[in-house]
Amino acid sequence: MSIVMGLKAKLGLDVFKEDKEFHIKIKAGHEKDPRLKNTILVCPAGLYSENDNGEIVISVDGCLECGTCLLVCGPEVLEWHYPNGGVGVQFRFG
Amino acid sequence: MVEEAIEQFDAIVVGAGLAGLAAAYTLAGEGLEVLVLERGDYPGAKNVTGGRIYLNPVREMFPDLWKKAPLERYIAHEEVCIMDKERSINVRYDGLELGLEPYQSYSVLRGKFDKWFAKQAERKGAMLVVKSRVDDVVIENGRVVGVMAGGEALRANVVIACDGVLSFTAEKAGLRKGAQAKNFAVGFKEVIELPRQVIEDRFNLEGDEGVARLYMGDVTKGKFGGGFLYTNKESISLGIVVGIKDLMEEEPKIEAPQLLEDFKQRPEVARLLKGGETAEYSAHVIPEGGYKVMDKLYGDGILVAGDAAGFSMNIGVTVRGMEYALASGYFAAQAVIEAKEKNDFTRAGLATYENLLKNSFVLKDFINFKESLEVLEYPPLFKHYPELAGNIMKDLYEVPAGPKARLYPTIKKHMSLGEMWAMLQVGRRMMKI
Repeated sequence: MSIVMGLKAKLGLDVFKEDKEFHIKIKAGHEKDPRLKNTILVCPAGLYSENDNGEIVISVDGCLECGTCLLVCGPEVLEWHYPNGGVGVQFRFG
Repeated sequence: MVEEAIEQFDAIVVGAGLAGLAAAYTLAGEGLEVLVLERGDYPGAKNVTGGRIYLNPVREMFPDLWKKAPLERYIAHEEVCIMDKERSINVRYDGLELGLEPYQSYSVLRGKFDKWFAKQAERKGAMLVVKSRVDDVVIENGRVVGVMAGGEALRANVVIACDGVLSFTAEKAGLRKGAQAKNFAVGFKEVIELPRQVIEDRFNLEGDEGVARLYMGDVTKGKFGGGFLYTNKESISLGIVVGIKDLMEEEPKIEAPQLLEDFKQRPEVARLLKGGETAEYSAHVIPEGGYKVMDKLYGDGILVAGDAAGFSMNIGVTVRGMEYALASGYFAAQAVIEAKEKNDFTRAGLATYENLLKNSFVLKDFINFKESLEVLEYPPLFKHYPELAGNIMKDLYEVPAGPKARLYPTIKKHMSLGEMWAMLQVGRRMMKI
């Protein structure tokens, strides 16, 4: 669990500007899609997790907008677009 | 601001990364009307590099740019670290030529560099609009004639899609097939701040010298990829690049962020970072499929450049993308300039772009190295061989209480005929790169 804490703290160092809407959504009926399960391993921000019902859930705060989850799941599973202009992560160093 | 300027641009560039800014800088330099749309708060806000940039391939394309460019340290020392679980082998290459001007490569932070580069493009006359996300392309009679941004249609003779690895612009224009995870890697890194003097002392550097160190083996738990460390002026960029497919499928299954945590906690790495403060954590996808999976580079009224075109390449010893981005942006601009002279912005009129790329290092490199991904995607390179090398070193350096074994039998113990045969096969494999 310490890693989860570590990661949250790390993401806390980044500058984020909040969006009005979620820019990534799991499409209805795909919560248990095997492709979606892979996101737990591949997301560098650790945004995906499995709940008690065996469904994958996403907490989009802290998204680094890399797109790995989209490449892994495809547009059939995820509704994915970049956040609106001027919001989301703003890298100062990059 | 956009409305009152002009109704029709010579070119609209989607994305203020290196490809987009290179295109805008070049077009504006020739007096063309160019609009750059960037979804971040400022150019660089969404951009990430490992990062090191090689200047030789692009020096002449932007002769006025490099003297004042906010680059970090010139790389005067190249290091490789082969990592097994409990041991590692380091090689440091100090070549006199690496310390001679003009330096071949620099560490770089894109937040700083892209912001500055955008200013240079604006000075040449390019128009930059930030906080503007492009949502679609406008197509009329089968030809791209502009983009939709913020509900507004913006028109241009040519759209240059430089919107990065996922390029929704190229996708909407029908130039891009569905991307497959196996052709991409994901990189994630921390920028760790340390005082200048500490960096120079710790890495044995003089002045603005820098070091680039690549790690392979246990850093990715044997998965396709590696770790990197670049010294900046007052920070270190430390991260991992790993194949997305391997991350999903190869044992041991481990969450990406944990790989980086484990990497940082290796004693060899931890001591380099001691006292440092992480300032930022970032991630980015890298196209690695190369020439074999490259999508269309242009269509009627549209050109694709940089990561959007898949211009990034991993050949093991180097992982490069930024020079290809700069050069492809430059060539895209040249193609637009020529198309404007002919007043032909159709696919045929823009075909110069591919010819320019083919006659340059860009597509020459991608064709020469088209086998490299398949050659390098060979698990023993990331697991077995780092282990083997570590074990040989361990036995060579060990002085037991009793008599020490002769060196030749010590090595031979690890190098059975089967092992040597397998190595020969690896060698043959490598000959394709």
